[in-house]
Amino acid sequence: MSTRIDVRKTYKLFIGGAFPRSESGYSYVVNDSKGAFVANAALASRKDARDAVGAARKAQSGWAGRTAYNRAQILYRVAEVMEDRRPQFVQAVQQSEGLSGSKAERVVDEAVDRWVWYAGWADKLTQVVGNANPVAGPFFNLSTPEPTGVVAVLAPERSSLLGLVSVLAPVIVSGNTAVVVSSYSRPLPAVNLAEVLATSDVPGGVVNILTGKAATVAPWLAAHMDVNAIDLGGVAGDPVLATELEVAAADNLKRVRRAPAAEPDWSAAPGLEPMTAFLETKTVWHPMGV
Amino acid sequence: MSIFEYAPAPESRAIVDIKASCGLFVNGEFVDGHGTPFKTVNPATEEVLAEVAEANDADVDAAVKAARRAYDKVWGPMPGRERAKYLYRIARILQERAREISVLETIDNGKPIKESRDVDVPTAAAFFFYYAGWADKLEHSGYGSTPLGVAGQVIPWNFPLLMLAWKIAPALACGNTVVLKPAETTPLTALLFAEICQQADLPPGVVNIITGAGATGETLVGHPDVDKVAFTGSTGVGKAIARTVAGSSKKVTLELGGKAANIVFDDAPIDQAIEGIVNGIFFNQGHVCCAGSRLLVQESIADEVLTRLKRRMSTLRLGDPLDKNTDVGAINSAAQLARIHELSDIGEAEVGTGDGAGRWSPECELPSTGFWFPPTIFTGVSQAHRIAREEIFGPVLSVLTFRTPSEAVEKANNTPYGLSAGVWTDKGSRILDIAGRLRAGVVWANTFNKFDPTSPFGGYKESGYGREGGRHGLAAYLKGADA
Repeated sequence: MSTRIDVRKTYKLFIGGAFPRSESGYSYVVNDSKGAFVANAALASRKDARDAVGAARKAQSGWAGRTAYNRAQILYRVAEVMEDRRPQFVQAVQQSEGLSGSKAERVVDEAVDRWVWYAGWADKLTQVVGNANPVAGPFFNLSTPEPTGVVAVLAPERSSLLGLVSVLAPVIVSGNTAVVVSSYSRPLPAVNLAEVLATSDVPGGVVNILTGKAATVAPWLAAHMDVNAIDLGGVAGDPVLATELEVAAADNLKRVRRAPAAEPDWSAAPGLEPMTAFLETKTVWHPMGV
Repeated sequence: MSIFEYAPAPESRAIVDIKASCGLFVNGEFVDGHGTPFKTVNPATEEVLAEVAEANDADVDAAVKAARRAYDKVWGPMPGRERAKYLYRIARILQERAREISVLETIDNGKPIKESRDVDVPTAAAFFFYYAGWADKLEHSGYGSTPLGVAGQVIPWNFPLLMLAWKIAPALACGNTVVLKPAETTPLTALLFAEICQQADLPPGVVNIITGAGATGETLVGHPDVDKVAFTGSTGVGKAIARTVAGSSKKVTLELGGKAANIVFDDAPIDQAIEGIVNGIFFNQGHVCCAGSRLLVQESIADEVLTRLKRRMSTLRLGDPLDKNTDVGAINSAAQLARIHELSDIGEAEVGTGDGAGRWSPECELPSTGFWFPPTIFTGVSQAHRIAREEIFGPVLSVLTFRTPSEAVEKANNTPYGLSAGVWTDKGSRILDIAGRLRAGVVWANTFNKFDPTSPFGGYKESGYGREGGRHGLAAYLKGADA
C-alpha cells in the first residue's frame, strides 16, 4: 500500500507584491519549537532589503493617496482572508511557538481581530489626533496627521504572528508602507501572512516581508536614506544592537520607535502609540475674510 | 534709495539695565559659573554688553540636580491648577515688562525693535498664557498627564526669548522642571527671564538657566539624569544629539533647519504675494528656520514678480535695530555673517551672469560698524546650486521658476528638509491640492511666517521630529505620547 508523499512548501521573501528567493541564494534552516526540521526559509540580504525599500517607496504615495475608507476596506479584507486560512495559521503558530492547539487558536483569533480593530482606525485617526487651532487672528488653521513615509519594522522575535500583526497594521493603516524583518527563529507565520496580504487587495509594495536576521539586515535599513522611520521592537533585549541602529538612524533623522527592554505582552490593548509613532502633523494656515 | 527720507525714530535704551557680568541661574539664585566667561556683543555696534558666565560640567550637574530636586519635591507633586497660576504670573510679567524685554532683545540680537516689540515678546507671553491653561486640563489632551521629569533644553540665537517660551511653557505646564541653555551670542533675555521667575516666586530649581556654548549644551544633553532633550538649531547638531541619546531612555524633540519653498502661481494675489515673499525671507534678517528661502514662481509671471519684488526690496530700511522704522537689522554675529558671505559668493559663482541670472541687492548703505548684509536675491538658480540646497540663514533668496503645479511640488519637495512651505494662488482647490502634496510640517497659504501658541509647528524629514505649540506640543513633555 502506498503512502502519499506530502508536497512541501518553498518559503520565499515578499517584495513588491512578488515572492522572490533571496538574491543572495542563501536560505536558513527553520526548526519547530522542539528542534525538528520544518523548512528552509530565505535568508534576506542587504540587496533584498534595498529592493524592498525601493518597492515600498514606489508604493507609498499611491497607498497614502487612497481614501481612508478604502484603506479601511483593505485592512478588513486582510482579516477576512486570514480568517479563511485559520487552520494554516494555527498550525504555523503551533509549530513556531510550541503552543497547544487551543492557545495557538486564541493567538490567531487575536491577530485576526487586531486587523479588524486597526481597519476601523483608518478613517478615524485624523479626527482623533488632528485638530483645528484657534489662532489669534483671522486664519483658518488646521493640523492633520500624515504618514511619515517608508517605515522599517523589526518584528518581534517571540510572538511570530500576533506580535507581527501588532507592529505592521498600525504602520500601514495611516498610509505608510513597510519593510518588515520577520522573527528570525519563527518566520513561518510571517510567510503565511505575506500570502494573505498578496491576495487581500493590498497593493504590491505596501508591505514587504524579509525573513532573515535583524542583526545583518537591520543596519542597512537603519542607515538607508530613503527610509523615514524604524521600529526597533524586534531587537528588544539587545541594547547594544538597538543603540547601533539608533545611531545609524540619526543619519537622516529617522523617527525611531525604541526597543523595549523585553518583548511586551501583545494581547494587551495597543492604544494609539503604535500608530502615532509613524505620523507627521501638517498644519495649514489660510487667511479668512480677505 | 526711496524718495522719502525718514527722520530717525530710535527707541530709548534707558529702560534696560545691563549688568557688567552675569552669572548662571541655578536653584532660584544667580551663581558664579566655573567655566571661562565670554562676552556678548551688540551685533549692530560691536559694543560689548556684558561678560557672561560659562557653565562647566559641574555647573551643569548642579543645575540638573536642582531641577531634579524641584521636580521630586515641589513641581511634580504640585496640582496642575497651582502650576497654572505660576505660568499665568510669568505671562503677565512678560507683558508688564514687554518694552524693557524687547529693547534688550534687540540690543543683544540685532533684530529690529518693531519685530521684538510686535512679534517676539507678545508671542512669548502668549505661549505662557496658552500652556498655563493646559496645566490643569492635561487629562483632556489625549496624552495622559504624567510628566517626564527633568528637561534639558538648548535653544538658538534667532528668537532668544520666543524659543525660551516655546520650550519652557509646555514643559512646566506638564509638570516637568527645566535646565535651559540659551545661545552664547544671545543670553541676556534668558537671564532677564530668570529674574522674572524670581518675581513670580517660582519655586527654586523649577527653571534653571545655564549659559555657555556648544560644550555646555553637549554636557546638558548627555547628562544621565536628564529625561527629556529639546533642541532647536541646525540639522547637523540635531543629528549629533540623536546619536548622543541613542540607546538611552531620553525622549527627544528636534526643531532643525529648513529650506522652504514659497510657491507663487500665476493667479496669485500679486501684491500680497510680494509682501509674503519679503516677509518670508527678510523677516528677522532671514534668521528663521522656516524662512521662505526658495522662491518658486510660475514662469509666465516671473518677470513681473521679479520687477515688483525688486521695487519692494528697494524700500526696505536697513540700519539701527532700535529705530522703529527699521525693517532689516544686524546679522547676529561675525561668524554668521561670514557664512552668509561664503554661501553668497558661492552662489554668485554658480549662477553666473548670463541669461537673466545673477545676484542683486537694492542700493543700500551698510553701517560701518557691526555685522550687516543687504537683502539679496539670486535669479537663474537651479536645483543643483548650493544656494538652493543649503540653509543660508540670512537675507538671501534664491529664485527658481516652474511651469506646472506638479513641477512646483516636485521642486519644493526636492530637499532633505521639510519644515515649512508657502503657496500663493487664488484657486482654493489648488491650495488644498498643493498643501496636501508638500512634505512640510507647516504650510502657509496666501500668508507666511505666522506663529501662534495654539498652532503646532515642526518638521518632516531632516527638519527634525516633534511638534511645538498647540495640543500636539504637549506630547513632547508627557509620558507615553508621541510628539
